[in-house]
Amino acid sequence: MAEMVRAENVHKQFGHSQVLKGINLAVNTGEVQCLIGASGSGKSTFLRCINHLEEVTHGHIWVAGQLIGYQVKGNKLHRLRSRAAAHQRRDIGMVFQHFNLFPHMTAAENITMAPIVTKGVSKTIAADQSMRLLDKVGLRQFADAYPAQLSGGQAQRVAIARALAMDPKLMLFDEPTSALDPELVGEVLEVIKDLAAGGMTMVIVTHELSFARDVADSIAFMDNGVILEQGTPNQITSNPQEERTRNFLRRVLTEESRADSEKQHERAS
Amino acid sequence: MPLANNTTDERGIAMTTSTGTKTGTDIPQAIVKQRNLSWWISGLIVAAVAAFIAQSLYVNPNIAWPVVGEFILSPRILNGLWTTLELAVLSQAIAIVLGLVISLMRLSSNPVAGAVSRGYIWLFRGTPLLVQILLWGNFALFYDQITLGIPFTGVTFASWPTNEVITTFVAAVLGLALHEAAYMAEIIRSGIMSVGYGQTEAAQALGLTRGQMMSRVVVPQALRIIVPPTGNQFIQMLKMTSLVAVIAGGDLLTVAQNISAVNLQTIELLIVATVWYLLVTSIASAGQALLERRLGRSIRRQKDRGNKTARGRAS
Repeated sequence: MAEMVRAENVHKQFGHSQVLKGINLAVNTGEVQCLIGASGSGKSTFLRCINHLEEVTHGHIWVAGQLIGYQVKGNKLHRLRSRAAAHQRRDIGMVFQHFNLFPHMTAAENITMAPIVTKGVSKTIAADQSMRLLDKVGLRQFADAYPAQLSGGQAQRVAIARALAMDPKLMLFDEPTSALDPELVGEVLEVIKDLAAGGMTMVIVTHELSFARDVADSIAFMDNGVILEQGTPNQITSNPQEERTRNFLRRVLTEESRADSEKQHERAS
Repeated sequence: MPLANNTTDERGIAMTTSTGTKTGTDIPQAIVKQRNLSWWISGLIVAAVAAFIAQSLYVNPNIAWPVVGEFILSPRILNGLWTTLELAVLSQAIAIVLGLVISLMRLSSNPVAGAVSRGYIWLFRGTPLLVQILLWGNFALFYDQITLGIPFTGVTFASWPTNEVITTFVAAVLGLALHEAAYMAEIIRSGIMSVGYGQTEAAQALGLTRGQMMSRVVVPQALRIIVPPTGNQFIQMLKMTSLVAVIAGGDLLTVAQNISAVNLQTIELLIVATVWYLLVTSIASAGQALLERRLGRSIRRQKDRGNKTARGRAS
């Protein structure tokens, strides 16, 4: 199986603080890789390095065989010009925690803008595609709605459709449900599961452990800037080897079960 | 995938209407309009003061009102008014374009551009407009020839006397526009900076280049912040043009002063100028309100459309 993402010894430093301390990770084409870990462990930073929103300070990342953010000339790395970096990002879709939809555009315009502007896709073709994508995320009737009129869950589904409109080879999700009300989480996870079933390669930073268990081919537990433990969902959730992983899982699982029982209480009352 | 919202919408609307009708029958419907005595009293006092001032101006023997009437529509005054409008529109237009360039330089990652931008704002915002106008008006005193050539080599292609290039009108526009550009740069910069970081990040993640990001995502959102203060600046510009009277700029105030220098009706001609300035700024204010409403319309339309679609879905 071909490798979609390869990260070797990735370091990231903000000023004096080392956020990433040597990440090694490989994601095969068609696989779903989930990143879990406490906040501050570096998962989001690593994700943002994959499409070069953050610059790697040491180490390398390849996406679909292409070195991200740099160009090899002789035995030196040269930083890519911003235009070339922009070009690389077109193959990598990204979904943010806070959606970041463009508030001055309708849902359909949010989706069509990038293909029209960056690839010169004609307006009619882009519009057709946007309707197909809105169908896919179950929001066809919201094509003319502005982001302010959408619920968080709807906005996030539009944001996913917007990323898909660029026909990415890889999708990155940065805590896609963390900003959502609990009752809206399901609809977004549903869409992501559909994508996984369709064979999309994805790297997902998430706090939703049961979702990660369902959808992931591999889960990596990050702690303090490194991947402490990685394996199949079963290995990680049922038989974690590291003490820190066990602690983290215990904490998250009690929270999840508490939230679940609260939900049931609400329903009952 | 289930669209849970539709059902909640339906339920939400149904619930409000049912509770509304239940309690609405047994309480009175008519609302008595509130009358407030203090409003009437204060209104009377203000009207009395205004009437007193108007009367005292009208009967004041030192103001020859017929002279005001004689000059208010005179060709010379109208000519000056036209020059004032030309100066204001042209200077503001140049200032907006130049201000945009300076603000983009300030925001660019190029340190030289940033320094140039900062230096420009420091210089043109830090000195009085009146002084700048005087300097441009007297440019010939320190450079009597303007030469096109290669610096430091003595090679020249063409040369003109300064007074032919920088006429009074050009000096006035230079003074007003370059000063105003410093302010516009700051206004535009604040508008651009008001667009959230998440927006530029989302645009970047989609593979937009910097220029595409600016024109599609940042500037359209920044305009909402930029337009209202720009309207203010233009109204101020209309009045600031009067400063060019110090270099005999041919504007409304220059003309008014020229006339009164001959007929010695100083107050009357200042009143003429005041009336015109008020009229023009009033029109500009109305235009500003209209423009802001147009700009706000996209947001209002979003809301209207939202209500319609929400109801359409619920029914």
